[in-house]
Amino acid sequence: MSGLALQNVVKEFGAFKAVNDVDLTVPHGTFVCMLGPSGCGKTTLLRMIAGLDLPTSGAIRLDGEDITRVPTHKRNLGMVFQSLALFPHLTVGENIAYSLRIRGAPKEDQKKRVEELLSMIHLSGYADRPVSKLSGGQRQRVAIARALAISPKLFLLDEPLSALDAKLREAMQVELRQLQQKLGITTIVVTHDQREAMTMADTVVVMSGGEIRQAASPIEIYRRPADSFVADFIGQTNLIEVESDTRNHVTVLGQPVPGLQLPPGAAKATISIRPEDVHLTAPGAGALTGTVTFVRDLGGTIETFVEAGDRQIVAVSTPRERPEVSVGQQVGIALTPDVCVVLRK
Amino acid sequence: MTSVYQKLYFFLIGLFLALPLIVVAGVSVNQKQTLAFPPEGFSTSWYGEIFLNPEWRNALFASVTLALLSAALAVAIALPLAWFLWRRVAPWANIFQLLGVAPFTLPPVITALGLLTFWATAGFYGQPWTAVVSHAIFFVTLPLVTLSLGFTSIDRSLVEAAATMGADERTIFRTVVLPLILPYIVSGYAFAFVLSLNEYIVAYMTVGFTMETLPIKIFNALRYGYTPTMASVTVLFVSTAAVIFGLVARFGDLPKLLGAMASDQK
Amino acid sequence: MRREPPQTFGDYSPLLFPAAMLTIFFVVPFGTMIAVSFFQRQQGGFYTPAFVFDNYERFLSAFFGGVLGFSLMMAIAVAICCVVLALPFTYLLTRMARRVQIVWLVALLSILSLSEVIIGFAWSTLFSRTAGITNILVALGLMSEAKALTPSFAAVLTGMVYQAFPYTVLVLFPALVRLDPTLTEAARTLGASPPKAFFTVVVPALRNTIVATLIMVFIFALGSYLLPQLLGRPQHWTLSVLITDQAIYQSNMPFAAAMAVFLVLVTLGLVALTVIAGRKGEAA
Repeated sequence: MSGLALQNVVKEFGAFKAVNDVDLTVPHGTFVCMLGPSGCGKTTLLRMIAGLDLPTSGAIRLDGEDITRVPTHKRNLGMVFQSLALFPHLTVGENIAYSLRIRGAPKEDQKKRVEELLSMIHLSGYADRPVSKLSGGQRQRVAIARALAISPKLFLLDEPLSALDAKLREAMQVELRQLQQKLGITTIVVTHDQREAMTMADTVVVMSGGEIRQAASPIEIYRRPADSFVADFIGQTNLIEVESDTRNHVTVLGQPVPGLQLPPGAAKATISIRPEDVHLTAPGAGALTGTVTFVRDLGGTIETFVEAGDRQIVAVSTPRERPEVSVGQQVGIALTPDVCVVLRK
Repeated sequence: MTSVYQKLYFFLIGLFLALPLIVVAGVSVNQKQTLAFPPEGFSTSWYGEIFLNPEWRNALFASVTLALLSAALAVAIALPLAWFLWRRVAPWANIFQLLGVAPFTLPPVITALGLLTFWATAGFYGQPWTAVVSHAIFFVTLPLVTLSLGFTSIDRSLVEAAATMGADERTIFRTVVLPLILPYIVSGYAFAFVLSLNEYIVAYMTVGFTMETLPIKIFNALRYGYTPTMASVTVLFVSTAAVIFGLVARFGDLPKLLGAMASDQK
Repeated sequence: MRREPPQTFGDYSPLLFPAAMLTIFFVVPFGTMIAVSFFQRQQGGFYTPAFVFDNYERFLSAFFGGVLGFSLMMAIAVAICCVVLALPFTYLLTRMARRVQIVWLVALLSILSLSEVIIGFAWSTLFSRTAGITNILVALGLMSEAKALTPSFAAVLTGMVYQAFPYTVLVLFPALVRLDPTLTEAARTLGASPPKAFFTVVVPALRNTIVATLIMVFIFALGSYLLPQLLGRPQHWTLSVLITDQAIYQSNMPFAAAMAVFLVLVTLGLVALTVIAGRKGEAA
């Protein structure tokens, strides 16, 4: 089949398992973001795909061919490093032409391709500049162009935008996504920034402790998180323990929520409720009742912190539906079954 | 107030360092062959003497040849070693790093005596090429230290990037590592060259009876009395060293070379 | 870059030439010297293979004890003078503009690279009766008559401090560059004058560096082989001078080798001390 496939990939550093039995299929032309906290194994996984680290066991296949032991320089890939790794002794043009030059491409072809790529990244005329004279965003683009010079089968990026300031980063995310769609190249980006992942990816792979917790589209990851780690890591959420009695009547903090079902046989579970799904009502009108402890008015959104039982629940509302509440006030919390996501244990 | 004291302190240190050289420079332009300061008359003929007098000229030629060759050999030993230590995980190979630094750390007499007994035992005592090898071993520390420092300053992701773009080990060395390490090769060579030019004891113990380098020539001349050519050679040596180190500073990062890892860690 | 242990012969090949050179021309000569130190000396400068301790027994003489004692004392004096002079100098130098630093560093390197022959010649000229510093003092009216200041103990000490001073500065430089400048700034805001801040903050913070530098300069000074000869009298000769003298002029290689081995042991012991001092510094 065409695309990238990881099969039971394990990487151990001594006794430490950096990547633990990872299976993943990336169809040709997809944009995948590997997301997770630092130390979750996402960079190690990317480095194994690049051949910069060798898996302890398992296999990596590209378009059906086993490339697990193929040395990096024979994999024909393009990679953007976190440090960008632009060669300081070469000019912008020489950096971009590097992979063509060492493959012995004719000088004219190199020049033509460099011009093509420079115009693609909106830096035409920069070929003879030293890389040290570029701004952060320009260096970023040169690194991307350099990786794409040979039209690689795989485009790998390791935290590529982490050195940029917030505004530039957001602009580059959009640019990178548009570029990938135009070229239709299989792309894997490692990031710890969930906004970045949500912006760019077809598939978000959430990793933790060397394992894949969930691999799905951004919206599914957000709306249907597989477990409490994913729910908590992606966006803000309220995690609440619920119990079910023998007749499968579920109670949240001791209050019954009609219509909510747990998987058969489960007496206890955790549910995730996104703050924007929490609606405040008059005291007694909702399923739960609590006391407002803090109101954070961010202009665009308003976060209300409510203490109900021993739990803190956050509700987010827009100014349009501004809840008229103040600290110390009693409020009701409405819970409908459709907003409660029951998480896998 | 503080800055006045500071200036005075730096002035006195500077005076201490410069005074012998000033006096020697003054002596070197004496008109007659006398050791007098302030100089009596003015003449640059003692500088001409270095090149015109065959004895001094031969010594100059011997010294420069020795320094050029031994510095090149020192770099040839240090470069593959430093590269290997940077590229591979081989803790046991650090023993060679230690061996490379030892000749310079131990009192020079020890290295000199070791080489003297060795060349004598091997039956090559007095051959000019033994001085080249001896100096290369004695000064290998300098290129080894500058090159090790140079390698640690190369971002390893540059090598990885070259590999992802299709470069094999040899190509990476030629197109990425070598251009980046070149300034450190030059500095290491320059350090070894200048020190070899000035070195006395190792040269004296290995080839002192068959060949005269400038320091040996000065020392031998000193035992039979004074000639102003010594002074002019001294001035020539100090200025050569200053020019070469000045060039290293101009084209390299001297405070970094000497401040070692400091600037990397920031 | 993946750093891996070398696996194939090709991976080891860069090591071949350096390892061979260092082994043949440093390890083997070193071994030869140790072997010679046990050899039997013959009349006329020759020696024959043997295994005798005669050369080491000669250490037990009062003369040798005196030379050793003087060498150690001399090296200690040089080390203390250099560190006292160089520590504030280097500290202030690291706080100066880059350009100024570079000028000083180039000057220091130039002097450090000078041969002992040249340093000895320069100072013997400066201390001479006809061209020396006393002529300047006479010209200034501070002395009535020029005189020679060499040979003397003071001349040897001055020459050796001159030789070791640039080395001291260069040894101290990295540690002082790395010293956090906010340390002294904090001391200043707490009311310490600059010299007080230097002595109460910089010096204690660098205690281990100072100890290590003292030992390194001490070893450096132990290596001085010509200055005591050129600027001093025979009673000012150090172990290094004696080794040179025995090897070259007395043609007593076995005894010279035995002294050299002894000097190595002293030096290695001190290097070990430096390393231990460094370790303690890291642990603290």
